[in-house]
Amino acid sequence: MSKAVNSSAPTDNEVVFGILNDSDVILKRLYVAYFPMVLQLIINNNGTTDDAKDVYQDAIIVLYNKVKSGKFELSSKLKTFLYSVCRKLWLKRLTQLSRYGGDIKDFEEYLPVEEEGDMHTERDIQFEKMEGALKLLGEPCKTIIEDFYIHNHSMQDICERFGYTNADNAKTQKYKCLQRLKKLFFQQN
Amino acid sequence: MSDHQLTELIERYINGEMNADERECFEAMRRENAAVESRIEEHAQFIGLLKQYGKRVELENRLNAIHQEIDVHSLAEELTVHPNWVVKLWRNHHSKISVAASIALFAVVATLYLTGSFNKSTSSYVALRREMQSIKRTAENAERSNKAILHDIKSNKRVINNGSFAGSGFALTANGYIVTNYHVVKNADSIYVQNSAGDAYHTKVVYTEPAYDIAVLKIDDASFTQFSNLPYNFRRSKSDVGEDLYTVGFPTDSLVLGRGYLSSANGRNGDTVAYQVSLPVNPGNSGGPVLDSKGNIIGVISGKQSEAEGAAYAIKSRYLFRVAKEITKDSTDNKIVLNNKSSLNGLTQAQQFNKIRNYIFMVKVYN
Repeated sequence: MSKAVNSSAPTDNEVVFGILNDSDVILKRLYVAYFPMVLQLIINNNGTTDDAKDVYQDAIIVLYNKVKSGKFELSSKLKTFLYSVCRKLWLKRLTQLSRYGGDIKDFEEYLPVEEEGDMHTERDIQFEKMEGALKLLGEPCKTIIEDFYIHNHSMQDICERFGYTNADNAKTQKYKCLQRLKKLFFQQN
Repeated sequence: MSDHQLTELIERYINGEMNADERECFEAMRRENAAVESRIEEHAQFIGLLKQYGKRVELENRLNAIHQEIDVHSLAEELTVHPNWVVKLWRNHHSKISVAASIALFAVVATLYLTGSFNKSTSSYVALRREMQSIKRTAENAERSNKAILHDIKSNKRVINNGSFAGSGFALTANGYIVTNYHVVKNADSIYVQNSAGDAYHTKVVYTEPAYDIAVLKIDDASFTQFSNLPYNFRRSKSDVGEDLYTVGFPTDSLVLGRGYLSSANGRNGDTVAYQVSLPVNPGNSGGPVLDSKGNIIGVISGKQSEAEGAAYAIKSRYLFRVAKEITKDSTDNKIVLNNKSSLNGLTQAQQFNKIRNYIFMVKVYN
């Protein structure tokens, strides 16, 4: 019943190098190539298109991090890896929602992927806490922190943007903001 | 050193912004002071997490941007495994279907029960003798009988009360032989025949053929002399499907004409003894003649299909010839010759009816 997924799919090696080089083109080709496969899996197993998007993006992130951390080995086809991760994630989600009927309709072959799924959630919790802390931080702290630590803007840029009279004032402000962020982060359970 | 200053030093150290002297100084402090060491580690970890989080958000934004370009809706349409329409119908409406099916089943069972279909003795074949509703009139009838006997004596004319069953019959010959159905006269104690003019005669059964459902009666009544010549004749050859037919008989107390056509060369379940005819027949029509438009008798009504409209059966007239021959063979004095000349040919329906009406009898059975 499974329809062949049309592919201008990048080769598996292209994907690995593409991720390492932060290639937008490869990421897009990868995403477009395998999304239908995952969509098919999810919507035919009690899921919506939004569920498919969430699960697929989570799986792409798992792959991305694995490749970036140098831990990714092409032991199976990339397609099979993605399908297996999505399958695992979706099973987990279904069980959480008590929607799992004990039978999943498969469209591809898959591998057991215990490890990736668990690692993924552990990190997710940290990120969720960070997101929550940043939200609570409020402006202008949030932007200052994001600009400096995430977007790697210089203190000079930040000074100009927020209209601080000198860099020291800005640094003091940034320090206060960071301290509050840490506090907020560790306050969360 | 304030916490603020320490943090700044740590950041500069991590980012590699220190010159060689500063670095040496800072590393010395780091070795000596465990608190500084743990601060560095903690800061590095937190900033690392923050940076990773930033990258994650960025990646998610990139993925969302890509996702925006995919026509998810049509893709989903295409990839959904559509169950076939029966399954879909069942999934969407199974409760309604179940209820409807239960009601239908209940209705069928109830109907079958009420119509007596579960009663095995009831066949779809209905013999058409009429059961007389005489029970409540029994007393009255008894009284009338007494009067009738008195009347009889005076007028030498018979008046008879209703029998238990009634069918129809018709004259086979001018000298008093009358044909009816075997099922009409079965188990009879006494049998009277009466035509629409009111002439009633006592008869006896002279011949029965249960296989053809034919019985022949003979009038043995003092008041009977002889019929005038029969207006109809008997058809020896086969009749064709589609021929116009009519029948006359006594489904009620008066003679009734019914018109129709020959609908099949064979009777019930392929029975070759009978024709299937499309004629309006009712209980009481049994034993009545079936005539074609030229006034040839082609059969004798015997029964009908109860569950099908317009399917009645008539025994084919050629069996009457066989019966006539049998009677002739069995009895020495009764020579039976069937009339072969019809005086009805060319007459209208009404004229034919008037001519034959006195040869058709209500057969009243007492038992």
